[in-house]
Amino acid sequence: MKKVGGKAFLLLFFVSVLLVACSDKGANEAGEQAAKANENEEKMGGTIRVAMSTEVDNLDPYQSAATDTMSIMDNVYDGLLDTNETGELIPAIAESYDISENGLVYTFKLKENVTFHDGTPLTAEDVKYSYEKLAGLSGEEPISSQYEVIEKIETPSDFEVVITLKEKNSAFLAATIRPILPVDYDNHSEKPIGAGPFKFAEYKVGQELRLVKNEDYYNEKKIPNLDEVLFKIMPDSESAILAMQSGEIDVIPGISSQGKEQLGDTIETISAPQNMVQLMALNNQVEPLNDIHVRKAINLAIDKDMIIDIVAEGDGVKLGSNFSPSMQLYYQEGLEDMYQTNINEAKKLLAEAGYPDGFDLELTVPSDYPFHVDTAQVITEQLAQVGIQVEIKLMEFSTWLEKVYNEAQYESTIIGFTGKLDPYEILRRYVSDYDNNFVQYENKAYDKLIHDALLATDEAEMANIYKQAQTMLAEEAASVFIMDPYRTVAMKKGLQGWKMYPIQKFNLEDLYYTQ
Amino acid sequence: MIKKHRLPLYIGLTFVSIAFIMMLISLFYTPYDPNAIDPTNRLASPSLTHLFGTDNFGRDIFSRVMEGAKTAFLIGTVAASIGLFLGFLLGASAGYFGGWIDELTMRFIDAMLAFPGILLAIMLIAVFEPGMKNTVIALGIMSIPAFARIIRSSFIQYKSYDFVKASIAKGGGAIHIMIKHILPNAVSPILVAASLSFSGSILAESGLSYLGLGVQPPDPSWGRMLKEAQPYITSAPWYVIIVGMVITILVLGFNLLSDGLRDVHDKKA
Amino acid sequence: MRYYLYKFSMFGITLVMVSLIIFFVFQLLPGNPAQIILGLDADEQQVRHLEQELGLDKPAIERYIDWIAGVFQGDLGESLRYQLPVSEVLADRIPVTTSIAILATVLTVVIGIPLGILIARTDGKIISVFLSMITQLGISIPSFWFGFMLILLFSVTLNWVTSFEYVSWSDDFFGALRSHFLPSLSIAISNIAIVIRYLRNTILDQRKMDYVRTATCKGLSERAVLYGHVLKNALIPVITIMGLITADTLGGSIIIENVFALPGLGSLLIQSITSRDFPLVQSMVLYIAVIVLVINFTVDLLYKLIDPRIRQKG
Repeated sequence: MKKVGGKAFLLLFFVSVLLVACSDKGANEAGEQAAKANENEEKMGGTIRVAMSTEVDNLDPYQSAATDTMSIMDNVYDGLLDTNETGELIPAIAESYDISENGLVYTFKLKENVTFHDGTPLTAEDVKYSYEKLAGLSGEEPISSQYEVIEKIETPSDFEVVITLKEKNSAFLAATIRPILPVDYDNHSEKPIGAGPFKFAEYKVGQELRLVKNEDYYNEKKIPNLDEVLFKIMPDSESAILAMQSGEIDVIPGISSQGKEQLGDTIETISAPQNMVQLMALNNQVEPLNDIHVRKAINLAIDKDMIIDIVAEGDGVKLGSNFSPSMQLYYQEGLEDMYQTNINEAKKLLAEAGYPDGFDLELTVPSDYPFHVDTAQVITEQLAQVGIQVEIKLMEFSTWLEKVYNEAQYESTIIGFTGKLDPYEILRRYVSDYDNNFVQYENKAYDKLIHDALLATDEAEMANIYKQAQTMLAEEAASVFIMDPYRTVAMKKGLQGWKMYPIQKFNLEDLYYTQ
Repeated sequence: MIKKHRLPLYIGLTFVSIAFIMMLISLFYTPYDPNAIDPTNRLASPSLTHLFGTDNFGRDIFSRVMEGAKTAFLIGTVAASIGLFLGFLLGASAGYFGGWIDELTMRFIDAMLAFPGILLAIMLIAVFEPGMKNTVIALGIMSIPAFARIIRSSFIQYKSYDFVKASIAKGGGAIHIMIKHILPNAVSPILVAASLSFSGSILAESGLSYLGLGVQPPDPSWGRMLKEAQPYITSAPWYVIIVGMVITILVLGFNLLSDGLRDVHDKKA
Repeated sequence: MRYYLYKFSMFGITLVMVSLIIFFVFQLLPGNPAQIILGLDADEQQVRHLEQELGLDKPAIERYIDWIAGVFQGDLGESLRYQLPVSEVLADRIPVTTSIAILATVLTVVIGIPLGILIARTDGKIISVFLSMITQLGISIPSFWFGFMLILLFSVTLNWVTSFEYVSWSDDFFGALRSHFLPSLSIAISNIAIVIRYLRNTILDQRKMDYVRTATCKGLSERAVLYGHVLKNALIPVITIMGLITADTLGGSIIIENVFALPGLGSLLIQSITSRDFPLVQSMVLYIAVIVLVINFTVDLLYKLIDPRIRQKG
C-alpha cells in the first residue's frame, strides 16, 4: 500500500469499486476481502502450480483416504452440500433441503442445471446411485459407517431425492458433502468424472496431477478464474520451499513455521487454526494415569505456551479440551486456562496421589511426525520438573496405529486429530464403547451427553450439549489437550482468494491473479 | 622416511583420541545439561557462552556433541564386535573347512552383499523398530560380510603354512588350531577391518538417523542432530556444518588409523 | 565353459537366497497396510473391505508363491498404496535412480582415474602423504551431509542454483544434467576417493614388477611405460572395484534422493516401508539386489576375459 502513489491509488480504488460492483465474488465476500481487492485488480485466466507433500492414493473419491488427495479431488467432484469458512453447511448440488419433524426424512431439491464433465446432466438417479454405494445398499459393504444409518433412498422426481434414516442422527447432514458420482460409471481411479468447478486432465503417478477449468460449472458465480491448476508432488518440504523461492511453485498449502521464516516477505502467507487437536493422550486405564490427581498434575506441569513457542514458532492456538475454536458454533471458550502451569500445585497433587517423588512414564510418539517428536522432547523436560521421568519411545506411524490406536498398549502418546465438520465425529472419540477410544476414557455421563446430541434437532441445544462435553473432558483431565497448530498457506505475491476452512479444503475456484 | 609413513597413523590417533577424551569427560561433565531447553535462547550462533551455538530447542550444541560422542563410540564398538563375532564364525569356518561349507557361506555373504549396506540396515530396522539397540544390531549385521571375507582369506592363507599343517598332523582339534595358531597371526588384518567397520558404522548411523530410522531422541546422536539441523540449514547453517564436521573428523580419524595400521603391518611383512 | 556354468549356477543360488531374505524380512514387519492407507478415522468396515480387496487376508506362503510366480512372468503385483501395477509405479522412478547411478559412475571414472594416475606419480614425495589423507577425507564425509553443503554453497551462498527441482532427460537435456549433477557428485565423492586410492596402489604395485623394469631398461621413457604397460594392467583390478561400488552407489542414492527430493526409488522406498506397501518394497529391493548381482557377475566375467591368467586358475 505504501508504495502505491496517491493518484495511482485513487485510480485503482475506483477501478476496484467498479469491479467489486460487477463481480459477484467481490460482493459476496467480507469487507476485508473487498479492501484487498482495492489494491489490485482481479484478472481472469492463468495457471498455478501447487506443491503437494503427499502422494495421491486413489483418484476415486470413494476409495481415497488420504486427506490431500480428497482435498484435490474436491475440486473435481461436488456434493449435495458444501461447507463455508465457519463450518456451516451451504447448498452445492442440492438447492435446498428439508428435514422432517421426526428428524428421519431428508428431502433434497437438486439444482436443475448441473452437468457432469462428460456433458450428461446430473439427476436424482446419480444421487441415488452414489448414496446407495456409500451406504452399502447396492450389495457391497458401506464405504463408511457414517452412511449405515440410511434406510432407503427414493427419487420422486428427476430433481428430488428423499433419504430416510433408520434413526435420528444429527451428524448425517455433515456427511452429505461427499461427492456425487455419475450413475454406473466405474472408472474414477483412471479418469475421474465429477460435476465440480475443475475437470480432471492428467495424472502422472507420483509426479503431478493437472486440473483444468470447467467452463460449464453450474454455479456461474463460482466458475474458476484460473485456466489450469497443476499439483506437483514434492515430499520434501525443504525443496518445495526452494522451488517456491525460484518461482517454480505458486502455492504451498501447508508450510512449517521454519519454512515461513525462510521465505520471508517474498511471499504471501495466510495462517489460521486448522481444526486439529494436538494432544498428549493419557491412557486412563493404566496406573498411575487412572488417578485423576495424576492426570491433573501432568496438566499443571505442562506449559502449553512454551510448546507453542518452541515447536510451532508461536503459530498455534492453545486448547483446553478436545475441540478447536475454528468450529466457533460449538466451541466452549475459557477451558484453555483451566490448568495454569503451576509446578508446586502439580507436586502437591502427585503427593496426594501417593507419588511424592514422581514416577516413570512411557511416552510413545509416531516417529514420522517431527512436530510431535519435538513436542515430546519439550514435555519430557517439563515433566522432569515435577519428578516424572519420561521415556520417549518412538515407533513408525504404521506400528503406532496397531499398538497404540487399535490395541491401546501404551501409557501416553502424542498425536494430532484432524478436524471434522461435525462435532459428533470429534467428540465421539471419548465415548466408552467407541472402537478407537484409545484414551480409554470411561464416563457414563459423557456417553449420555454424546448420545443426546445425536438426537437433538435444535442447533442451539446441540451446541450446548457439545460444550458441556468439552467441559467434562477438561475437568476430568482426560488427556493433555495442547494446541491447534495453524495451517500456513504460502502463495506467490499477486495471487489472492485463498480461504481457510475447518477442514482441509482447496478453494481453487476462488483464486485469482492480480498481476 | 619412517616418520612420513607414520604421519596418517598419528593424525588418525589424534582425532580419535580427541573424540575419545571428549566422550570420557562427558561422562562426568558437560558445560550445560545437554537436554535443558531454553526457549529464550534458540538457534543462537556460536559464541563464548555456547561454543557451537544452540539448537532449535535452545539446547547447547557443544554439550550435545559431547553426549553424542558416547553414542558414536558405543555404536562403533558394539557394531564392530557383533560384526567381528559373527563374521569370525562364518569366515573362520568357511576358510578352515573349505568345501561345501565354504561355498554355502560365501553364497550367503554374496547375497548379503547384493543389498547395499544401508538398504540392509533399513530393512532390519523397519522390522525391529528404530532405536539405539536395533540400530547397533543392524549395523553389526551389516559389517559381517567384510569381517567374514577378511578372516576367511587369512584362514585359507595360514592353513597352508607348515606350522598349522604340523599341528593338524598332531591331531589338534579344529577350534584349538583356529584360536591358538591361526587367530594370533590374523590379528593385524582383523584390527584394520575393525577400525574400518567402526568408522563405517558411524557413517551408516548418521545416514539412518537422517532418514529417521536410527537412534531416536532423547538419546543424543550426531546423525539425529543432523536431521534436526536440516530445516535450519539457511537460518542456522553453523548447526549443520559443525555437526557434520564432527562426524567427518571421527570417521576420518578411524580411517587414517586403519590406513596407518595397514602400512605399519605391510612394512613389517 | 565349465567355469561359466559354475559361475552361472552360483549366481542363481545367490538370487534365490536374496528373494528369500527379502520375503522373510518383510513378513516380520508389524502394521496393517489397509489401516495405514485408510488413516486414523477409518472404521473397521472400511479396513476389512480394503483388506479383502488387496488380498491381505490370504496366508503369507500363498502370497509369497503368488509373488515369485508373478515375478517370473514379469508381473510384480499391485501396489497397495497406489492401487496400480508395481511396474507402472516403478516405470517413472527407475530412470531417475539409474541416471543418478550412471552419472555418479561416470564422475567416478572421469575424476578418479586421472587423479589416481597423477597421485601415483607423486609417490615418494611428502605431498603424496597429504594427497592420500585428502582422499581419506573423501571417504569419511557423510554423503548426505556433503549434499547439504553443496546446497548451502550453490543455492544459499552463491545463489547459482535456485532450486533442485527434478527435470527429466526428455524434457530438457541440460536442465536434467543440472538437476542430476549435484546429487550424483554427492554420491560419487567417496567412490572417487576409493578409486584414486585403489588405482594409485595398483600402479605402484605394477611398477615394482619385472616387466616394468625390463621396459625401463630398454630405454622407454617413464611416461611411455606408465601409459603403455602399467596402466593397462592397473586398470583391471579397478574394474572389479567399480563393480563393488555399484552397490554403494545405489545405496547412497536412497539417502541422497531424500536430500535433493528426487522422485527416484530411494524416496519411494522409505515411503513404502512406512506405509507397508509390501509388493512395492519387495519389488524395489529385489530390483536393486538383482542389478548389483548382475553387475558383479558381469564384472567377474569381464575380468576373466581381459585377464587370461584367471581363466587358467578357474
